[in-house]
Amino acid sequence: MSKGLSFSCHKIAEGKAEGEVLISKDEILFYLCDPETGRIIEEGHDLEGQSIAGKILVFPAGKGSSSVQVDGLYQLLTRNKAPKGMIIERPDTILVTSAIIMEIPLVDRVEKEFYQKVVNGDYLFLDADRGEIIIKKENKQL
Amino acid sequence: MYLTDEEKEMLAGAYGAGTALAMKIQVAVGECFDAKHMVEISKVHVALSNQEADLWFVEKLLKAGAYCRIAPTVNPGFNLEFCREHLSISPKDEELMERTRNAYREIGATLTFSCTPYLEANVPRFGEIISYSETSATAYVNSVIGARTNRESVQSSLCAAITGRVPEYGYLLKENRLGNILVDVQADIKDDFDYQLLGYCAKKIGPGVPVFVGLPSNPSQEALINLGAQLNTIGAYAIYHIVGVTPEAPTMEAALGNKKPDRTVVITNQDLADIQKSISRPKGKISFAMFGCPHFTINQVKEIAQMVKGKKLAAEMWILTSSLTKELADRMGLKKVIESSGGHILDNTCIDQPCWHHLEGKVGVTDSPKCAYYTKRRGLEFVIRDLRTCVEAALKGEIS
Repeated sequence: MSKGLSFSCHKIAEGKAEGEVLISKDEILFYLCDPETGRIIEEGHDLEGQSIAGKILVFPAGKGSSSVQVDGLYQLLTRNKAPKGMIIERPDTILVTSAIIMEIPLVDRVEKEFYQKVVNGDYLFLDADRGEIIIKKENKQL
Repeated sequence: MYLTDEEKEMLAGAYGAGTALAMKIQVAVGECFDAKHMVEISKVHVALSNQEADLWFVEKLLKAGAYCRIAPTVNPGFNLEFCREHLSISPKDEELMERTRNAYREIGATLTFSCTPYLEANVPRFGEIISYSETSATAYVNSVIGARTNRESVQSSLCAAITGRVPEYGYLLKENRLGNILVDVQADIKDDFDYQLLGYCAKKIGPGVPVFVGLPSNPSQEALINLGAQLNTIGAYAIYHIVGVTPEAPTMEAALGNKKPDRTVVITNQDLADIQKSISRPKGKISFAMFGCPHFTINQVKEIAQMVKGKKLAAEMWILTSSLTKELADRMGLKKVIESSGGHILDNTCIDQPCWHHLEGKVGVTDSPKCAYYTKRRGLEFVIRDLRTCVEAALKGEIS
């Protein structure tokens, strides 16, 4: 892989993914996404109206009740609108099992510098198995 | 992560592929949270959701030969027999409910179809290690009873029912149950509804384990259910403490583990008013009232019955509850009173199910912010008020 900033992380759900980064300041409940478009429909949410489809999603944590998180992801996944990978700060059992069962790579414990460098639109390689994230800043000085 | 010989055998498939899959998921969860080993559990509640992902996973386990070592109680989907006759459900949703019921029956669940197992069918003791999914249940058993569960997902609790153990981490360990946020409630907490709004202040309270001070010393069971249900809906709180009320908070010091809180949050009357304004539709005409998210207790059913006795409702009213509570209501004459006014008591049913198509696009009233939160996806709109105001609105057909 060509130039990129590399950061270590901790595997939760196995697998590799790459794609554009989308960052949310707020916790995410996938049930409050429109499964047809991947757009977040929760009022007042940091990403309200934006689509998470195919993104590498960076967010603090999951939220919501014990059943809706997994179904939200399932509905997105069956329509090809799920995020490709997820990077979180605070794992919770519900999001963790959802990601494992749905086979969406999920990591946490990312080096602090990652959060200082990453911006929306960056291209990211996420390798949960190796515990590595690489940011490629297209057309940008590294 | 250390596994016993029996657990290793489960993982290796000696107990069948279904048990192996359940164990594999649990080991992955355990490793995520740095669990050292598994612990045996004695009770499970699974928040059956009758969603496609729910059925997909139970059937996947069933096909792989899984069966529950510990029979879990389960959440409601919808009452198929009632809905077939009286409401509009699509053939696809009818089939989904039928298959979900059959799958849970086959895998060995106790089909309670209630989201309040901690009130009647599956009541843990203090300190008991259990695996409970369901928003209000997790918060209630941890906070009010002092049993120990993580904030399980439907799938992780089902895996626990199959293997009979959980990885030991999180809220199973005393140190993680200690409070670290002091919530100083300066707002006037007058009734059970104020606990809903207080729980909905989760964004201001922030992540952690809240310790509430400044609340009345003798809250009702319903108030405690409401607080946990809302906290755990809008945030991800498995446990809260109320000093002098909940068992792990005899004193503030004990609740905080003799440490200073990481932060102190003050909740004022203005906070509660702002929350209510932000989540509720404005006042006006309403066409239905929806109660029972979580399932109503017999006390709440009685309160409604007393208010509607001898009167006619102007708006459709639904009270969702467990089959035992419905039976009690029948025995106590409450069901007859409510039905004479035009209202319905419906058991084994959840608001967040595909049986409410006739309410789509309409505005209702509810006392539960959680009810309004989850049904946004189903096109239901709500004015959110305290129970008495909601019932008065249902009698008048509008909220003024």
